[in-house]
Amino acid sequence: MIINAVQIPAVVFQLTQLLLVVLAAPLLTGWVNQCQAWLQNRSGAGVLQPYRVLHKLFLKDAVIAYNASWLFRVTPYVVFGCMWLAATIIPIIAVDLPFSRAADVIALVGVFALARMFGALAAMDIGTAFGTMGARREMMVSFLAEPALLMVLFTASMLSHSTQLPYIVSAFSRHQFMLYPSLAFAALAFLIVLLAENARIPVDNPNTHLELTMIHEAMILEYSARHLALIEWASSLKLFAYFSIGIALFLPYGIAEVGHWSALPLSILLLLFKLALAGVGLALFEALSAKMRIFRAPEFLGTAFLLAVLGLLIHFLLSA
Amino acid sequence: MQMLLTLQIVNLLASLLLLIVFAMLAQRRILSLINLFALQGAVLALSTFVVGYSTGQHHLYYSAGLTLLLKVMLLPWLLHRLIRQLDVKWDVETLLNIPVSMLIGIALVIFSFNLAAPISQLAHGLTRGLIGIALASVLLSLLMMLTRRKAVSQVVAFLSLENSLFFAAASATQGMPLVVEFGIALDVLVATFIFGIFFFQIRETFDSLDISHMEKLKDD
Amino acid sequence: MIDSQLLALLLTPLLGGVLLALLGSRAWAAELNSLMSFFTFIAAVVLTMRVIDAGPQIAFHEQFFIDPFNVFLVALTAFVAFTTSLFSRPYMRIEQHHGKLSTAMLHLYYSMYQLFTFTMLVALTTNNMGIIWVAMEAATLTTVLLVSLYRTPASLEAAWKYFILCGVGIALALFGTILMYFAAQHVLGEGGTALLWTHLNQVKGQLEPTVLKLAFVFLLVGYGTKIGLVPLHSWLPDAHAEGPTPVSAVLSGLLLNVALTAVMRSKVLVDGSLGTHFAGNLMMGFGLLSVAVASLSLSRQKDIKRMFAYSSIEHMGLITFAFGMGGPVATFAAMLHMTMHSLTKSAIFFAVGHAVQKSGTQVMENIRGMIQVSPTVGWGLMLGTLAILGMPPFGVFASEFLIITTAMHAYPWVTPILLISLGIAFAAIFGKIQPVVFGETTAKPLPHSPALIPVFIHLLLVLMLGLYMPPYLANWYHQAAALLG
Repeated sequence: MIINAVQIPAVVFQLTQLLLVVLAAPLLTGWVNQCQAWLQNRSGAGVLQPYRVLHKLFLKDAVIAYNASWLFRVTPYVVFGCMWLAATIIPIIAVDLPFSRAADVIALVGVFALARMFGALAAMDIGTAFGTMGARREMMVSFLAEPALLMVLFTASMLSHSTQLPYIVSAFSRHQFMLYPSLAFAALAFLIVLLAENARIPVDNPNTHLELTMIHEAMILEYSARHLALIEWASSLKLFAYFSIGIALFLPYGIAEVGHWSALPLSILLLLFKLALAGVGLALFEALSAKMRIFRAPEFLGTAFLLAVLGLLIHFLLSA
Repeated sequence: MQMLLTLQIVNLLASLLLLIVFAMLAQRRILSLINLFALQGAVLALSTFVVGYSTGQHHLYYSAGLTLLLKVMLLPWLLHRLIRQLDVKWDVETLLNIPVSMLIGIALVIFSFNLAAPISQLAHGLTRGLIGIALASVLLSLLMMLTRRKAVSQVVAFLSLENSLFFAAASATQGMPLVVEFGIALDVLVATFIFGIFFFQIRETFDSLDISHMEKLKDD
Repeated sequence: MIDSQLLALLLTPLLGGVLLALLGSRAWAAELNSLMSFFTFIAAVVLTMRVIDAGPQIAFHEQFFIDPFNVFLVALTAFVAFTTSLFSRPYMRIEQHHGKLSTAMLHLYYSMYQLFTFTMLVALTTNNMGIIWVAMEAATLTTVLLVSLYRTPASLEAAWKYFILCGVGIALALFGTILMYFAAQHVLGEGGTALLWTHLNQVKGQLEPTVLKLAFVFLLVGYGTKIGLVPLHSWLPDAHAEGPTPVSAVLSGLLLNVALTAVMRSKVLVDGSLGTHFAGNLMMGFGLLSVAVASLSLSRQKDIKRMFAYSSIEHMGLITFAFGMGGPVATFAAMLHMTMHSLTKSAIFFAVGHAVQKSGTQVMENIRGMIQVSPTVGWGLMLGTLAILGMPPFGVFASEFLIITTAMHAYPWVTPILLISLGIAFAAIFGKIQPVVFGETTAKPLPHSPALIPVFIHLLLVLMLGLYMPPYLANWYHQAAALLG
């Protein structure tokens, strides 16, 4: 399949997704939190709670440490931009997205890395103990998670003979159902990476500020008001982006083909359904597992890398 | 490139087998190790059954049954009994640093896949590549035997080695002659009994099942 | 006819094993053991006569196959098993008298001894590459509890090492067997015949070379562990030093041969398939390494049984090397050396066993002046040592001479390595055994008179074969050598 010059429907699809992700991302976070609340026998704050939090934060006055540099101020915008871009270029509602061709899977990993680097630098910028510690831990986790993620994406690329996301997704969605052992391994590895990168249990806990264990929260302790709002929003977008990658690689069925206007509503509905289901799965997984000591995290992520590499090797041997 | 469903299943089971060996390599608890071994037996029996079904080799059903009986039920049960009697159920083993052993493991997988690649070209339809996976499992089990310090885990590694070989025999070559398979099964059973006898002798003599007590014999 | 003769050969030790398992605690178990071994030997002689008369035989739906090559090993195995059983009768009684062994242990020993003989004979006579594997594994299983018979920490360690290493080795051999079957399937089709050696031998030219190459590597490493080839040998000295002496004698004299037979069977097929000298080169490499490493290790040994175990590694290396060279003369020499080594080494272990019993230690520094304590033990040990070191006129000299001259022709660069290794081995062993035999002593006499007739029978045979080779025997070796190529 060759995607030709930009077409009108493609642009519309792209704009739809652009808006959809940025608006729906907090909803996804709210949904996961709500599911967690239900699983813990709480009534929960409702799925719209993240919007209320964002609204509240945007209204507040920002407080910035007097020794903060420009890096600290710029970071929320960079992180938010990166995540928005990442979530936008992953084909989830339609195969044919003009922005998708801006970056292949490797560049996508690079976009995540860019956001992470700014986050870590900003955390160290203030010079507090917590910020530095959080940055260090975050870098350790991502240092281990990134190769695994790349291996997962390589497996998918090998199977579809391309590193371009639209090609991969379109190849998978049009294939007949087939048991790919390599893809199954990659999916498991991806799940682990998803948990680690989005600061979920068992690697990190997004709802805690316990200094001994927190990773991501330690990095953003100094942020307030609109800066914090942007970072929270970016976190939601990141979770959304990771879910999107998972869906695009492992469950692409039902995605709209090039120029199929009529398929769009169904595609969006299916996507929302898949996302909701994935959210329930995440909440369930988090409810069932315990947070591990930070020193065990390398082993956990090592497993992801191992699984991904095994998947790749098995693909070579079995061509499946 | 569409493959038969049975082939897909066999491939999936083969990959699972490889994954289980890796899990065993990384497993610290003896109890979980034995459970993984039982799981490995189950996967093995299933893949033997599927291969038998798809190739019409009905004697493989006996092999699958034998595997189920011996390796999923009898041997794990014996091992469970043994570790209960020896009171080593909760023993935790210090291993070679897990990431390092995993990396060595991956290197072994690459090595065996390379070695088996020319053979895979020869294999007909169903069993392409299974020799490579079997060889990788064999080498990984060997690695496990080398890195373990406890007698029980060494034995589980030995049995896992045997399982990998059985997988090679059942899936890659569609079953050895039945008389050979029975002979092998008998040998494995007897070997397990002898291992059991050894456990008691070793513990009686050394007061522990740690092999590191047994490094006295040297050339000097 | 051949069926019943073979049945007699195989069933006698099996029956002996079962009988001794039931009756092994009786006072006359040792005599029963010797008697069953004697019957096995008679059956082997009858079978050998038959094969010499009528040529190769196939029995039991092609599951068994007797040709001059393996029948010569069958006869040798049955003979040494018989003489060892004669030796073990007084030897084990003395051990029991010294309180080292209980009746229950002897019970285990006798029944396992017979079963061990059975497994070796099956491994030698079977035509099925799979059954060879099963029998080899069974041979490990029957001897592993014998190695730990004394229940000392050292013997347990030795047995565990033996079990694990040979278990791993034999598992690799199984993988090799599976690969061979995999290759054979393409030619012979599914089912039982694809593992039968006679069938494989007929179609060996059509077997896929890449697969057979890999299969042979696994088979050589696997069975090579059992042969005690360096670097897979580390179990061997331990098992020989810590097990009871009769077990050391049969392990060294027989089991190593049987494992080597399995390798040779595979080599014939691989050579036929590859048409190159790949298998031979591999065997020569392992053999040469074994000879060199073992002879260098000899001088470091303090334990007398351990030292002779290393000597076994050295000689098995030499035999493997000779088989690896191939050709009628080298193969002939290898088989001759196999015979000589089995006879001589078991004789040495018999003498060593009694020497150890007299002095109560295996450490050579504390065994002194055997010639004063018991002239027969002393002379047996001295003559056996001279024989194994390749002194003329013993037969070992003849076979070693043949091997070295063949090597000089075919691979001149190897000759210095072999000669230096043999020289080092000579210096090491002779230097250590000389004071053991001729030094000053304080040892006490034994409670039972030692059994030294087997020692001298063996040495006499070795001497005789060194001086004069009966034409039918030479003819027989030539036939076998021709079979192996």
